[in-house]
Amino acid sequence: MTAGNIKSGNGEVKLITMPVGSGGKATKALINSLLLPRFGNSKLNDLGDGALLDLGQEKIAFTTDSFVVSPLFFPGGSIGDLAVNGTVNDLAACGASPVALSLSLILEEGFPFGVLEGILDSVERSLAKAGVEIVTGDTKVVERGKADGCYINTSGIGIIHENARNLAPKNIKAGDEIIITGPIGDHGTAIMLERGGLGIEAAVASDTAALSGPIGALMAQYGLSVHAMRDPTRGGLATVLNEMAESSNVGIEVEEAAIPVRNEVRAVAELLGIDPLYIASEGRMVIFADSDETDGILKTLRAYPECGDTAAIGRAVADHPGFVLQNTSFGGQRIIDLLTGDPLPRIC
Amino acid sequence: MKYVDEYREQKKAAVLSEKIKELCPPGSHYKIMEICGGHTHVIYKYGIQNYLPGNIELVHGPGCPVCVIPLGRVDDAISISLQDTIFTCFGDMLRVPGNKRSLGDAKAQGADVRIVYSPLDTLQMAKQNTDRQVVFLAIGFETTAPSTAIALKQAKALGISNFSVFCNHVTIIPPLEAILNNDDVEIDAFIGPGHVAAVTGCKIFEQITGVYGTPVVVSGFEPLDVLQSVFMLVRQFRDGVRKVENQYSRVVGYNGNEAALGVMDETMEVRPYFEWRGLGTIEHSGLKINDSYADFDAENRFEIPGIQVKEPRACQCGQVLQGKIKPNECKVFAKACTPEKPIGTCMVSAEGACAAYYNYGRFMDINAKPNPAKAANK
Repeated sequence: MTAGNIKSGNGEVKLITMPVGSGGKATKALINSLLLPRFGNSKLNDLGDGALLDLGQEKIAFTTDSFVVSPLFFPGGSIGDLAVNGTVNDLAACGASPVALSLSLILEEGFPFGVLEGILDSVERSLAKAGVEIVTGDTKVVERGKADGCYINTSGIGIIHENARNLAPKNIKAGDEIIITGPIGDHGTAIMLERGGLGIEAAVASDTAALSGPIGALMAQYGLSVHAMRDPTRGGLATVLNEMAESSNVGIEVEEAAIPVRNEVRAVAELLGIDPLYIASEGRMVIFADSDETDGILKTLRAYPECGDTAAIGRAVADHPGFVLQNTSFGGQRIIDLLTGDPLPRIC
Repeated sequence: MKYVDEYREQKKAAVLSEKIKELCPPGSHYKIMEICGGHTHVIYKYGIQNYLPGNIELVHGPGCPVCVIPLGRVDDAISISLQDTIFTCFGDMLRVPGNKRSLGDAKAQGADVRIVYSPLDTLQMAKQNTDRQVVFLAIGFETTAPSTAIALKQAKALGISNFSVFCNHVTIIPPLEAILNNDDVEIDAFIGPGHVAAVTGCKIFEQITGVYGTPVVVSGFEPLDVLQSVFMLVRQFRDGVRKVENQYSRVVGYNGNEAALGVMDETMEVRPYFEWRGLGTIEHSGLKINDSYADFDAENRFEIPGIQVKEPRACQCGQVLQGKIKPNECKVFAKACTPEKPIGTCMVSAEGACAAYYNYGRFMDINAKPNPAKAANK
């Protein structure tokens, strides 16, 4: 096999298409066909939001994420906020408090210093809110036209809370309650509207926020009852639920009426024919926990303003393993599948 | 959300469901085709079948614009996109497979393919890129044709010479006639396409009831609209009448939108014949840009292969589109043909019968369960 000449089934040279970056089925296919066969190991194979490492006395979570959002600034935040909060939340999803982040900038020749300053100001603000520091970094510049202004990569390490179990999806049990920490789809909707061209105006701001505070409190009080967590970014809640169902061999059943969605988001999604279940959030967490503790968990999380609308939305079930079902408000039932196309590329 | 939630109320659905059951005599069987892909999508998305008695069989019709585009026309579109144009289309068209590749593949190979929500967005792009040829891939029934017509009119009025349209618009009545003329197909009634009818008016469906005696109820797109339309059809069966009824009267009139029909007449004409995916060539079923707008016709401006491509043997889209088989009865359904690797067009668009069936309905057949209809109060 010659590099660059891999043929697809129909004999054409296979190229990367936009859906490969969507976080949906095409991304999964890439991971399964090219990455895992080469790099698979006991830590990577869990495909969690971060890797869990035992280093001497400490249990550490390690994660990385790249940000290519367009536009760079949007209501509720900027690429700088996403770069901090995205990585902090991936650590939180592992049950870890952030300790240190790296910051790598890839800049396009001709990018204004003033705009970069604005981005770095928002990085600074988000770091302060999340209570974490940048401890290492890198800067690269590419010729004009070879990148779109500014891309950012952050990696992060965090210390796993002493109460935290292994929060990989395989630890989900039938009967677990599914909890989401607030309304879905705000971030993706804000980006969509900010890009313009749709002729729709609505007051929707990105929900980008670091969840280290509320998730830290959750771990302290109910850590032993939490079985898995993931933040519903690309591909939205639907994608996370599918990943969880598939990796855990349970079925999932959610109630449409219980899933919080802002009216503005519902209305925009309705007009564009997009399902809010597939629209990204950047400041939410999906939690699978022992249903005996649901009330306490809801109370703990709702005490934080960024999680004020936390809701229980469904449960893991022993039936139909691998499938996610929704009981519709209309009284019907339907499958929620992984996203195939990519309605909205480059949202983070 | 106002003007939406009222049309999705569970209690009203239960009442309609009871009424439909009462009107179906024991042992009766009615095969009702929803013409429009929008209805197919709604039926699965909300689980409307849970509300229908076993006497009612819903089959899916040819009204998904993406699904009926033949392979050869996709190849033509790809060819135009590779001639250094800015090539614009609706999002669904990116994944539609041609003979070997899709527009999405062409994009990855360097074609400048962009998604738009309206041909007027394309016109705007043409104004901003005067050094490039900017093309709009026009698809759809009478629903979308008026917006293409408006873009053509504006382009002519403003003298935007780098704008053109690759026209694949089709009309709704000829494929219905083709289906009804086919001896192996038995359709008892149609749920009529509300959006098409908003433009054409209800009156065009009188051709169907008049010639074939098949009832049509023009329907809206909320779940209660569809249930009510089924109720109105079953009531026609009981009363022994066969007529066009308008369930979607909040939007649709008898004569249609005369302004929209006017701009279509001004800019387009009926083709002698047009090829449909799965249905073959149908007379007078497609629209082309007329002579007064010929300068804006991409078919005149670019070299296109114009080759008719034979459909993959395994694909049974044609039988699905005529209601002869259900999506899951197709040999390749959910095996070789899935939304991420579609063989047939019905698996591509969210409005395609196979994609709707795959995304929303697969499990119901694997593991038929009673409707839980649980209320969520947590």
